[in-house]
Amino acid sequence: MKFIDEYRDGEKARPIIEEIHRLADRPIRLMEVCGTHTVSIARYGLRKALPETIELISGPGCPVCVTSNGDLDKAISLARIPGAAIATFGDMVRVPGSDSSLALERAAGRDVRVVYSPLDGLKMAEENPQLRVIFLGVGFETTAPTVAATALEAKNRGLKNFFIFSAHKTVPKALKALLDLGEIKLDGFLLPGHVSAIIGSLPYEFLAEHYALACVISGFEPLDILQSVLMLARQVKSRRPRVEIQYKRGVRPQGNPKAMEIMAQAFEPSDVEWRGLGLIPGSGLALRKEFAELDASRAFDIRVALARESNGCRCGDVLRGLIRPEGCALFGNVCTPQKPVGPCMVSFEGSCAAAYKYGS
Amino acid sequence: MCVAIPARVKSIEGLTADVEVGGVSRKISVQLTPEVQRDDYVLVHAGFAIHVIDEQEARETMKLFEELGALEND
Repeated sequence: MKFIDEYRDGEKARPIIEEIHRLADRPIRLMEVCGTHTVSIARYGLRKALPETIELISGPGCPVCVTSNGDLDKAISLARIPGAAIATFGDMVRVPGSDSSLALERAAGRDVRVVYSPLDGLKMAEENPQLRVIFLGVGFETTAPTVAATALEAKNRGLKNFFIFSAHKTVPKALKALLDLGEIKLDGFLLPGHVSAIIGSLPYEFLAEHYALACVISGFEPLDILQSVLMLARQVKSRRPRVEIQYKRGVRPQGNPKAMEIMAQAFEPSDVEWRGLGLIPGSGLALRKEFAELDASRAFDIRVALARESNGCRCGDVLRGLIRPEGCALFGNVCTPQKPVGPCMVSFEGSCAAAYKYGS
Repeated sequence: MCVAIPARVKSIEGLTADVEVGGVSRKISVQLTPEVQRDDYVLVHAGFAIHVIDEQEARETMKLFEELGALEND
């Protein structure tokens, strides 16, 4: 496949890896904050290829994983409304909330359907006027514009039976909150390529300017990631932290202004809770009041008991980069993809699922 | 969740495009990339094109890999 295969060429990886080995003469701690990077690094065994001096730490980059139990419980209570049908991205379905999951609700007879696009949710509503279709909006800035465009479309068509429950979040403020916890020492970030296709490189400048961290916006194929690690190592060695774009074919410094405009038309910043990071002001996206009719959190009376966390689940610590999945006592015995305790094991892009499937 | 796939734009009608990935065709929205043209490659995510791939930059990136390889061999 064009624009993918060429970036998986093992032959071309060798010289990059050798150069990294030459440069990494001291410990370099890099955090990646995108579930797709987590998976790619695990799938291609990149940690093994890199020198031991380079540590690749996984952060809060999986949108499903950082969805709080409170939000999960709300989604589940929406599923229980008579006449309601949930349209959701696939990896939300098996994530356990306090007492249940969407999968369990489906097994109990509720209408829960997996969709590939929020537009499929819209279509579901149009084709089923007897149902109230609620789309679960989960995802960062890559996904939020697609949901925003769908909201605009629903409003234009005057649909009365389509709703959006937004659990969308934005990345830059979460990175700041993570750093301000002061728990981990980092030298740089491998930044998310597709979030950045939307937001560009400017929102990350504060990481280099105020926190003196090396930053490279990276593509997802193994050659992309290796080249990004090389660029990060060079920044660290030269003590010149800045924001560079490795993924030039996918990211412009100004991002995608049209997508950002549409996102801003439908959404405004809100204060939301991240699993593992707590409440981060302004890091969520809520539907603007002009879209109140579409907003599931306004249209439905959602009442949930205080969310309970699973005993022993250390998803929060994994998301903060404090431990690797193997550091959790439940990993691989009590908690497996077949019987997951927390979202990091359920989501396709969760650190624990990736570690289990590919090894670290 | 960040997964976006490169696809070739075969045709465009209004705000919808017919794209092709590895021999499979599908319809997507190009609302977020109104500047897109036929034969462009786009990144597709959740049924939308989110970015028109810069083929020149793609070539430059591949060239960098090759140059690194050449330096190694000297």
